[in-house]
Order: sequence, then structure tokens, then C-alpha cells
Amino acid sequence: MIKRWKAIFLGQKAIMICSILIIIFFGAALLAPWIAPHDPIKVNLLQKLKDPSAEHLLGTDHLGRDTLSRLLYGARISLGFATVIFISSLGIGLIIGALAGYMGGWIDSILMRLCEGIMAFPNLVLVLGVVGIFGPGLMQVLLALMLVQWVYYARVCRNMVVSLKQQNFITAARISGSSSWKIIYKHIIPNIQRPIIVIGTLEMGWAIMDISALSFLGLGIQPPHAEWGAMIHEGTSYIRSHPELMIYPGMFILVVVVTFNILGEALSEKYGVKRR
Amino acid sequence: MIGYIGRRIVAIVPIVFIATLITFALIHISPIDPAEAYLTAAHIYPTDELLQQKRHEFGLDRPLLVQYVHTLGNIATLDFGKSYLTNQPVWNEVVSKLPATTELAFWSMLFSALVSIPLGVLAAVYKNSWIDMLSRIIAYLGASIPQFWLGYLLIFFFAVKLDWLPVEGRGDWRNLVLPTMTLSMVLIAVYTRLLRASMLDQLQETYVQYARMRGLRERVIMLKHVLKMAIMPLISGMGINLGKLLTGTIIVEQVFSWPGFGRYFVEAIFNRDIPVIQCYIFFAACLFILCNLLVDLVQLYMDPRISLKGRAKR
Repeated sequence: MIKRWKAIFLGQKAIMICSILIIIFFGAALLAPWIAPHDPIKVNLLQKLKDPSAEHLLGTDHLGRDTLSRLLYGARISLGFATVIFISSLGIGLIIGALAGYMGGWIDSILMRLCEGIMAFPNLVLVLGVVGIFGPGLMQVLLALMLVQWVYYARVCRNMVVSLKQQNFITAARISGSSSWKIIYKHIIPNIQRPIIVIGTLEMGWAIMDISALSFLGLGIQPPHAEWGAMIHEGTSYIRSHPELMIYPGMFILVVVVTFNILGEALSEKYGVKRR
Repeated sequence: MIGYIGRRIVAIVPIVFIATLITFALIHISPIDPAEAYLTAAHIYPTDELLQQKRHEFGLDRPLLVQYVHTLGNIATLDFGKSYLTNQPVWNEVVSKLPATTELAFWSMLFSALVSIPLGVLAAVYKNSWIDMLSRIIAYLGASIPQFWLGYLLIFFFAVKLDWLPVEGRGDWRNLVLPTMTLSMVLIAVYTRLLRASMLDQLQETYVQYARMRGLRERVIMLKHVLKMAIMPLISGMGINLGKLLTGTIIVEQVFSWPGFGRYFVEAIFNRDIPVIQCYIFFAACLFILCNLLVDLVQLYMDPRISLKGRAKR
């Protein structure tokens, strides 16, 4: 029984189920303007704190805004920004990692010490420090998260480049006249794909959590925009009368992050990639 | 062994130095003008004349190097300047906030150790049983649940619905229960998986087979031999995961209105209270360095081989 569960949780099926779920999440986020039943920021005080009905499937909040619509629009912020962070930190990480691995010597050691320093520090403290210095706001949060997340990609990329540099097939490619770009494109990138997919999946989960935590603290997105963390914060004022206002957004975060985490773990098991 | 300890302590010096450099650099990277931030916090309209005067007072018109040396001197004497908001020395305020945070951190560490050690051992001994499954579920939940949300869920169930415990504030032990549980969840998840993995590693070793051959009881083997070795990565894990504890206190203090250092820091961010922000960052860096050293020393005590072969792999 448990073996079977484990097989489902950590096997091919998990990868498939999680991938489908993630596609659904992204689809919902992209299509929010079309599938959301109401305007997420339109205030209607006559309709405030309504229970679920045919009109408002999940009820309304303290300003009469439709909860379901806000949750769908919130997905745009969480998933959208997590994706931006993923792409940009991957870009920075690949460039710096490749540079460190290719050049070696003191450039390598300085860059890698820097990475270790950033990794040793707790992410959120660093992010809060940056936000504290540059002031609250979504852009600052974005910048701060990028600043702490590139290191993981850089490390993987650097290690891969260093070990590939000594491989015979690279030397062979170089002797036969391949350009550096061709070597990177044909040989190095295919080799680092797998660990990067694993790290990327797990980092998406962390990014979503961090964005929501910062919005919860009031440092990320500013009202009236819908974001899950901010919605939880707004909902807590009504914890006695309308607890569902803070329960729904939390469930959304939990489900999305769990999906990314299970997918990440299943992929790392499948590819035999060690996580950090 | 003493040489090893000495080397580790000497190695700290440049790291602390870098921490001071970062602390100093922050103020100059920031787009916020400290003089303006000060005047805004004090509700004074910033005229050019006042700004000039404040800049001079903060020493911002002096050469960078002079400023840095000055900052270094101040940090060495634990002088982080005065808070823009309250006009009190930052260090005094921090010292008054620390006990609350330490209290929370201590109980959370203790509680999570008390839960995760038995759970980790059982999950390893009865691998693939329901208890192993439970530990896996806890690990997923702990890694994926937003801490602030968990805090409010606990408030909802235990304080609002059942009315067993107070919602917020600091006071007697009943105030401690919910924040401690919230903070421990993430730690329990990490520690349990860590201990389970290292127990499984140890169970492969030949000394376990030998102990079994000698006819020792399984319970004795597990608790007296295997656990003793397997707990080492947990101890270093506790040190390394101190970051989770620190960031956890920031959020948990916010949720439960706990009057600690983390909450003070978040308020400072809103008020652009730069000396407080600087102090927190420097303090966090030092805490990290100190904890890593402490972890190394504990490991050294438990496994003297380390001093010969260098720092143990985790």
C-alpha cells in the first residue's frame, strides 16, 4: 500500500500529475481577465463580506470585491513574478557560472566565495535588507530575490563547466575547429539542462513563498492589487467573522508550492540530481 | 586541537571585516538620503539648510575612507547611532528587544528537537512504514506552508474557535505556545528528514552488523550506537538552519505581535530607520559566523578526528 503510494508520489506519475497541475495554474493565471467573473479591484460596499452565492462563488471581501476573481488575478502576480525571477536569475547565474568555470584562477575563487557568502545567509534576511535599503515595492522585492537566487544556478553551471573542460570530447570538438559558442551550445547546455530544471522547479516554489511573505509584511505589492500574501493580510482583520478570507489564499499558496516541491523532488530523483 | 580552534577563530576576522564593509556600503548604495529620512521620521519639513546641517552632523560630507574608519570605530564600540524615529541609541533598543526573540527561538529549537528526534529515528528504523510516510508528509507541508498563514490558522483554531490560548502579545507560557508551534513547523520538517537520512546512512555501517552479531538488543544498538553517530549532521543542520529560525522570528513576531527584534526591524524598514536596518544586518551576519563556529566546536568535541582531517562534510 505504502509502496504504491510512494511510487505514485515519486515516480513518473508524480511528474505527469504535477506538470499538468502547473500548466493549469499558469493557464488560470494567463486567462484570468477572461475567466474571472468580476473585476478584482472594483469596490462595491453594498456587496461587502457576502457569503458564497451564484453571483460570487467564493463570496466577497471587506470592500465587496469578488474573492475568486482576486485569487485568479493573484495567481498572475505570484506565478508571473516567480517566472521573471526564474528567468533572470537563471540568466545571471549561467553567465557568472560559465565565466567562473571557464576562466578559473582568482576570478573563479572570488565569484565562488561570493556565492558561498550569499548562500550562507538566510534568504529572507538578505531580501529584507535590500528592501530595507531601497524601500518597499514590488520592483525592489524582485531585484532582491534575483540577487539571492542566481547563486544556485551559478554554482551548478560553474561545476559543470569545470568538469566538462577536462573531458576529451570537448578537446576533440575544439581541435576539429568548433567555435566556443558552438561548444557551449552543443555540449555544455545539454549537460546542465537537468540540474537546472530541478533547481528551477524548487526555486519557483521558494520564490512564490517569498513574494507572498513580503507582500504579507506589506513590503511587496501595494493595495488595491490582489496578491495572495496581501490577501491573507487583509483577511486577518476578519478572522473572527469571515476566516475564509484568509484561508482561501493560503490554500492556493500551499497547493501551488507543494506541487512545485513534489515535482522538483520527483525530477531530482529521476535525473539523479543532488539537491543543494 | 587547540591549533584547529585557533585557526577557525582567526578565519573569522576577515569575514567580520567584510560584514562591516557591507553594513557601511549599504547606506551609500541606498537611494535614500539619511538626512532626509531622519527629518521625515522626525516630522520636520526638510529644507536645504536643514539637510546640509544633518548631512554634516552624520559626517556624510567627509571622504568615504574617513567615514568608513569612523563607522568601524563605532561598530567596535557597539555604537550604531540613534534611531531616527525614537532618537534613542539603537543598541540599547536592540538589547531590550533581544530577550523576547531569544525566548521564542529557544523554545522553538527545543520543541522541534523534541519532536523531530523521535520522529526521525522511527522513520528510519521503520522505513516505508506509516510513520515514515507521516514524516514525509510533514516534510512537504513544512517546506510548502507559508509561515504567516500557519500562524493565523493556529490562531483561528486555538484562540478564536476553541478559545484556549491568547491571540497575541507576550506574557506567560500560554502566549508562547502558538508562536513556538508556528516557528517549529519548518524546523521539524527539516530536522526530521535530516536525521532520517543520516540514520539510514549509519545503518549501512559494519559496526551495526557487528553489534547485531554480538546479540545486542536492537533498541540498544539504535539509541546508543547509531543515534550517537547519526545526530552529528543534525547538530550542524541546526546551526545552518538558524537562518530559517531568524527569518521565522521576523514573520512570527509580526503575526503574534511579539515585541522582538524581528518586528522592530520590519518597522524600521517602513520608517526608513537606516541605523536600525544597518544594525540588524550586521547583527544577523555576526550571529551566523558565531553559530557556524559553535557548530564546528561541538562537532570537534563529539568527533575529535575532525581536527586532523579538517571540517567534516555535512
